[in-house]
This record gives sequence, C-alpha cells and structure tokens, in this order.
Amino acid sequence: MMRLFVEGIGLLGPGLDSWVASRGVLAGEADYLAVPTNLRAPEMLPAAERRRAGVPIKLALAVGQEAFLQAGRDTKTASTVFTSSGGDNDNVHAINGILATAPREVSPTRFHNSVHNAAAGYWCIAAGSHEPSTSLCGYDASFVAGLLESATQVIVDDAVVALVAYDHCYPEPLHTVRPITAAFGMALILTPRQSEKTLAVIEVEFVSGKTQETTMQSAGLEVLRLGAPAARGLPLLAALASGKPTQISIAYLDDNHLSIRVTPC
Amino acid sequence: MLESSTLGLYLFLSIFIGSLDLQPLIISHYTLANSLGLGSSATMDALRSRSSGLIPCAFEDVDLETYIAKVGELDSYRVRTDLSAYDCRNNRLAQLCLQQDRFGEAIEAAKNKYGAARIGVFMGTSTSGILQTELAYRHLDPQTGALPHNFHYAETQNSYSLAGFVAHYLGLTGPSFVVSSACSSSAKVFANAQRMMAAGVCDAAVVGGVDSLCLSTLYGFNSLGLVSRLPCRPYDADRDGISVGEGAGFVLIERATAQNPPDQIYLLGVGESSDAYHMSTPHPEGLGAKLAMQRALDSAGLKTGDIDYINLHGTATKSNDASEGKAVADIFGTSVPCSSTKGWTGHLLGAAGITEAIIAVMAAEHGFVPGSVNTQHLDPTIAINYQIENGTGKINRVLSNSFGFGGSNCTLVLGRQA
Repeated sequence: MMRLFVEGIGLLGPGLDSWVASRGVLAGEADYLAVPTNLRAPEMLPAAERRRAGVPIKLALAVGQEAFLQAGRDTKTASTVFTSSGGDNDNVHAINGILATAPREVSPTRFHNSVHNAAAGYWCIAAGSHEPSTSLCGYDASFVAGLLESATQVIVDDAVVALVAYDHCYPEPLHTVRPITAAFGMALILTPRQSEKTLAVIEVEFVSGKTQETTMQSAGLEVLRLGAPAARGLPLLAALASGKPTQISIAYLDDNHLSIRVTPC
Repeated sequence: MLESSTLGLYLFLSIFIGSLDLQPLIISHYTLANSLGLGSSATMDALRSRSSGLIPCAFEDVDLETYIAKVGELDSYRVRTDLSAYDCRNNRLAQLCLQQDRFGEAIEAAKNKYGAARIGVFMGTSTSGILQTELAYRHLDPQTGALPHNFHYAETQNSYSLAGFVAHYLGLTGPSFVVSSACSSSAKVFANAQRMMAAGVCDAAVVGGVDSLCLSTLYGFNSLGLVSRLPCRPYDADRDGISVGEGAGFVLIERATAQNPPDQIYLLGVGESSDAYHMSTPHPEGLGAKLAMQRALDSAGLKTGDIDYINLHGTATKSNDASEGKAVADIFGTSVPCSSTKGWTGHLLGAAGITEAIIAVMAAEHGFVPGSVNTQHLDPTIAINYQIENGTGKINRVLSNSFGFGGSNCTLVLGRQA
C-alpha cells in the first residue's frame, strides 16, 4: 500500500470547467450538464508554441496549471507523469491522410507534435521544468497506469509529482474504431508529506484479480467515465469532492485493479 | 548563466538532501533483434566485425534517398495465431526478438519463481503499430470512408499495443504500461521497473522496447531536415542526420541475491531530466543531458572516474551530437572512451534505449568498447574521448544516454558493483 497526499486538483471536461467549478456536481450536490469542453488557448505557452497547440496540449496545460495554482507550488519543482490513451488524435489522423496520398509532405510541426509526449514537452517548456517527465499509455487503463507510476515516484523517489491525464475524440474514420466521446483532462499534485495545503490522503494498492469498479452516481458522469479513458479517474475526484472517507476501486488490466482509500483532510 | 545556475542548484540540493540508494537489481537475461541479426550474439558479432546494418532505403513505396536499418525477416513473418489481432510489423518484431536468446525459458523460470502476477511489463515505443494505420488509410471504403474490417486499433495502432502483446505472449499478468517519450522511451522503462519493484508492486520486470519502420518517421524526420542521404556518421564533422532503423530488445530484471556471481551485471543507476527548451531540438548547452547524466551517477553513488565507457545517444544530427558532446565534455572531460553505435544499428527511436543498454551490458561482459562505423573525421569542436576504432579492456561500468523529442532525457548506468 502506498500512502500519498493530494495537494492540488485540476479538471477540464464536458460540463466540468475546472475542479473548483465542478466540486458540487462531483459531490452530487448539483446537476451535471454535459456541454462541450471549454477548451482555451494555453496562456502558459509562448505565442509561437501557443499557435501550434492541439487539443491534448490545451487540456494538459489547463488542468496542470489549475492543480499547481491550488497547491501553491512552483511548476519548476515537480516531476510530471502524463498519461493518455491517444495523444494528438487530430494530428495523427491528418498525418495518415497526408501519407496515403502524394506528395507526402508532413510539416515539421505536425511531425514533432505527433509524438505521444508532445503535451509533456510543451508543459516542460511552459513550466520551465527540468525535472523528470514521463508519458504513458495503458489504453483504457491509462489513468490507472499513470496513478500507479506517480505513486511509486512519490514513495520511492520521495518526489512531488504532477499526474496529468487527458484524452480527446478521434475524427472519423478512427472514431468508429476508437470511440472516445469527449475531450477530458484531470491533474493531481501528489506529495510524499502532508502540508498545510494538503486536501486529502490517498492510499493506493495494486491488487491482483478482477474488481467491481466504482461507478459515478450521475448517469451523465457515468457516460463520461466510460467515454474517455482519462475519465476513469472521475470516481477518485468524486471521492475527493465528497469530503468523506471513501473506498474506491478502478480496473487496471484484465486481471488486476487499484484499490484506493481516500481520506479528506 | 541560467543553465549553470540550475545545474549548480541541483548539485547543491542533491548533496544536501542526499539521494535514495537504488535497490540492487540485476540484468538477469536479455535478448536483441535488429538489422544486425536476430539474437544478442548477432549484434555482438557485427560490432566486432564492424558490419553496419544500414542499407539504401527499400521499404514499402518510400521515395526518399536515405539509408535505413531493416529486419528483413519481418515481411513474411506473422505473430502467434492466438494473438493474430495484434499482427503488425511492430509486434512481429517483438515476437521475433522474444524467441531469441532462450528469453522465453528465462521468463518461464521467473514465472515459477515469482508467479505471473508478480512480474511487470514496461515497454517503450514511439510509433507502435502506426504502419498498420498508414496502410489502412490507403484502403478506406470509397463510399463511407471507413477503415478496412480487419483493422484492429487497440491491438496495433494504440501505443499500449506493444506491452499488451508482450504480456499476452509471455503470459504475464503483473502491472504493465507503455512509455512513449520518443527516443528516450525504452531507457526510461528501467526507472519504472526499479520504482515498481522498490515499492513492492512487483518482484521482477520485463523491460524493453520495439520500434519498426513506418512512413510517419521517415517522412517526418525528413521534413525536419534530420535524415542523412548517406549512412549516418555520428560525431563526424560532416555529419548531416540520422538513418532510421528498426529493432527490439528485452531485459528481465530481478532483485540481487547472495547467489549472484561476482561478475554479475547490475542496473546501477538511472537519471531522468527535461530540457524545457524546444520540441525537436536539444538544449544547445546540453543542460538536460548534463542533468540526466549527473542524476544517473548520483543514483548509482558513482563518480565520473568510475565509468569506463559511455554509449552516446549520438544520432549524427548536427544539433544532437554538438549538445550531447558539450554535456559529456563538461562532466567527463576527455577521460572516458565514448562512442555512438548508431552507425551500425541506425536510430532505433523508441527501441534505442534498450538496444544500447544491452550493448552496454555486452561491453562490460566482453571487455569490449565499440567504436563508430561511418565516422571518418571527428568533429574538432567536440572535446570528448570519441572512439572510432573498436577497443578492448576491463569494462566494469557503462553509462548509456538516450534523449528524445520534447526534451526527454534518460541516462542509465549498467555494470558491476564498485
């Protein structure tokens, strides 16, 4: 079992405009309304990079920035774990289209934005961070993979870690074979020690065997949880919003899951 | 000024706070497959005989004038029938590699020892099975625009495909994911395994990486002006870009025990850092590279004099070799023999880290320092001890660099305990 502290939370998704604005909805105190995700230009980035930012970069930077602001930490000082099932899905679609027809002129920006760690690269530039940064993929379990990796960094490396999970829709024809239904991002600042900013303690355990996953009480939020891999983290946010000690379970691979105890401070 | 003050602050803090000792982990078993041949001895033989795997580009209908490193066996090869949904060039290469060096037997023994659920699978890849999607986009339904019916997104294109395939192929059910941080991917997996094992999430781990030829990387690197028309020439004054290659490598990592022989090769240290400079160009002063190397030395509890050979990232682009060379010169001066083996293998992108880690292990096992093929005239502006000719001698500890787009840096230290 790994014990970590949550110091900051970031959220951006359909009808979820920030963690602060969404707390009531996540706690079941207000109705959820699934309006399209309010994507905005990342003000953290220099102008040249801002123009090149696709949806995942906008998601990742928005939620990362919100979480750091809440924690009151300098963005230079934390390691980062980015996790996503896709990456820049619009860009990958465009490149595949370009490569299927002559002339195969892939622009330099398209190419370097196509790497899975593009959001991480832009974040580090915007944040001025030289700390370790990784970019993971676990298909539908990408959020869990990111949380598990973040927890080991906190415990083993004694690091402050920003976990940033994001996913967005593919255009057709890929949407049919990988139907991600919304642009969604969330971030957590995780620390090895309690501080005056600590919001909650989370105890994370990797467990073999299948699980009955914790679901969302709101039907709309449950659709979102299942519609975007990064939104598999919503039950954790709901537990954090509830203000009560809560035990949740999130599926990982075929034969294992994470059991998470959330205790608000 | 900014760079040196940042590094100075880091060095101060690392001395002040002290660094956590890495749990002793051993390189228990490994295997390789690339253009030099199938199995680790094929790579070793090619290094000794200075036979490069680079050939003029003949891949699909690519019309670029460049050299590539290709695994010829893949065209007619298929993955195991029960895993046929995973069939794509990247997973074929994974399976072909897993069948070499009796790697499967080592995994069976590990499963008996730890249980399949206690062995993690952490893989690096940059492009996964994207070639499958590139080819599928040529065959979209003319009426509906739909992908062909036999296209399997999750098992081929998705980045996780590789780890999913390896876990299923080997019958492992522990924690698993893919690291996709461009060309540092399969070096960083060593850090994931080390942390997961230290945290008790698993008792052993298969780490590795696979990247295979595709149009995205060939045309993409070409658009950036980073592809050489000649076989790549690392650290040459006239170097003008990379040669794209494909390859795979896997390592079984276990905890050290009293039974390990005195000659045992360990994972001694890992250092990770970020450039925070540019998406596709390394920091000109090698800031991130320096941080990664220093952190790797610190985590290993070693000093520069403890390193006997450096396997450089050495892609043969103007900017990489200049930046990395400056970083190595600043930390090691001209004392440690260095080389890039990419003149043999080409740039294996997401498989570069694992391939060069295994070359580092073999260098220590065989007392062999690979030189550098294709390099003719060393860049006089880079003040490091770069080796063109192969050498021999006692090699106890090797440092291996892997740097990627997005400013993602990782350095490994492998070898015998000091």
